[in-house]
Amino acid sequence: MTTTTTTEVAGEAAKAGMPQLDFSTFPNQIFWLLVTLTVIYLVLSRVALPRIGGTIANRKGTITADLSAAEELKQKAVAAEAAYNEALANARSEAAKIIAAAKADIQADLAKAGAKADAEIAAKAAESSKRIDEIKQGAVAAVETVAKDTAAELVGALGGKADAAAISAAVAARLKG
Amino acid sequence: MTKRTTDVAGEAHSEGGLVFHPLDQFKVTPLFGDGPVEWYTITNVTLWMALAALVITLVFAVGSRGRALVPSRLQSVGEMAYGFIHNMIEEVAGHDGVKYFPIIMTLFLFILSANFLGLIPMSFTPTSHIAVSAVLGFGVFFFVTLLGLYKHGLHFLGMFWMSDAPLVLRPIIAIIEVISYFVRPVSHSIRLAGNIMAGHAVIKVFAGFAAIAAISPVSVLAITAIYGLEVLVAFIQAYVFTILTCVYLKDALHPGH
Repeated sequence: MTTTTTTEVAGEAAKAGMPQLDFSTFPNQIFWLLVTLTVIYLVLSRVALPRIGGTIANRKGTITADLSAAEELKQKAVAAEAAYNEALANARSEAAKIIAAAKADIQADLAKAGAKADAEIAAKAAESSKRIDEIKQGAVAAVETVAKDTAAELVGALGGKADAAAISAAVAARLKG
Repeated sequence: MTKRTTDVAGEAHSEGGLVFHPLDQFKVTPLFGDGPVEWYTITNVTLWMALAALVITLVFAVGSRGRALVPSRLQSVGEMAYGFIHNMIEEVAGHDGVKYFPIIMTLFLFILSANFLGLIPMSFTPTSHIAVSAVLGFGVFFFVTLLGLYKHGLHFLGMFWMSDAPLVLRPIIAIIEVISYFVRPVSHSIRLAGNIMAGHAVIKVFAGFAAIAAISPVSVLAITAIYGLEVLVAFIQAYVFTILTCVYLKDALHPGH
């Protein structure tokens, strides 16, 4: 009697108190829990997880491939830049060589032409000075003749009679002095 | 005693005052009709567990259908959860724990979605029941123990024998270790059910106070605050259950610490 009342009271208390301790519902909850877990496990392990894992791996692969492709392209760009720089340097040195050669050529031509011109100038100058000397000589001779003539005329006009030899000697002496 | 309770409730009702039924929300009732709850009866437990399974299927099976390189929102939710648990297992249980990834993911997602669905007003929370959490907790316990014995044979018992402790202390430590090992499933399951139940019951108690006009603003604020806390608890309890499962799995796979 007492035990039945206590269990009854306990059962009633469980019903009024904590439904968690109402053991009559346990088989139901456990059964449906196992069904649910099985369903979730099957959905996850058969469909969802392999698919998601595949997608993530696929994405990782794509990213890695893209990164390596980018790295390759970068290497190519660096190589192209180096080639370009080399070509530029080559062209520069080539140009410098050509300029130097042209300069040397011009210098040589210039020197040759200068030397030729100098020689011509020197020849002309020598000729000119020779002619000047001749003209000078001519002029001195003319001055002597004129002076002798003038002296003879002067002597004649003064009433003297001049010996031609004496006059020319006097003129020569004067011209020297 | 029952009569007195109903009388008190009846009196309270007639006064239009306080009515507290904070535990009514945990009642297991048949969905159709009013018969007894047999093991096969379709109850509110069935409904909310089925909804949890449905949500998981939607997010993880349907959401991942696109296999898009740039994921859609639903797909990235699935992928985040996948990465979260996958990393957790690898970090805690080691690389050979990844084999049990689907089982652990099943536990995590079931607890997480049941907890969050339980936060919908008027809903039922299967994880607030000790029957459910004990099956989960003891299931993990037996699985992990059998796995350890299968993998390492009697060496698995070496886990309890601290070879780096002084010889005198070793038997004492072994006894403590054995006790703590067998307490694990109890704390593992009661922690989950207790946390979820307590939060839900407290919200209901505050809701009961809302019947008094003067207190109702405070009551509504308190419900809001506790609801926020419960959202956190719903995630944290799923997380804690899962990470402890990983720790136990690690002990089974590598009993030598």
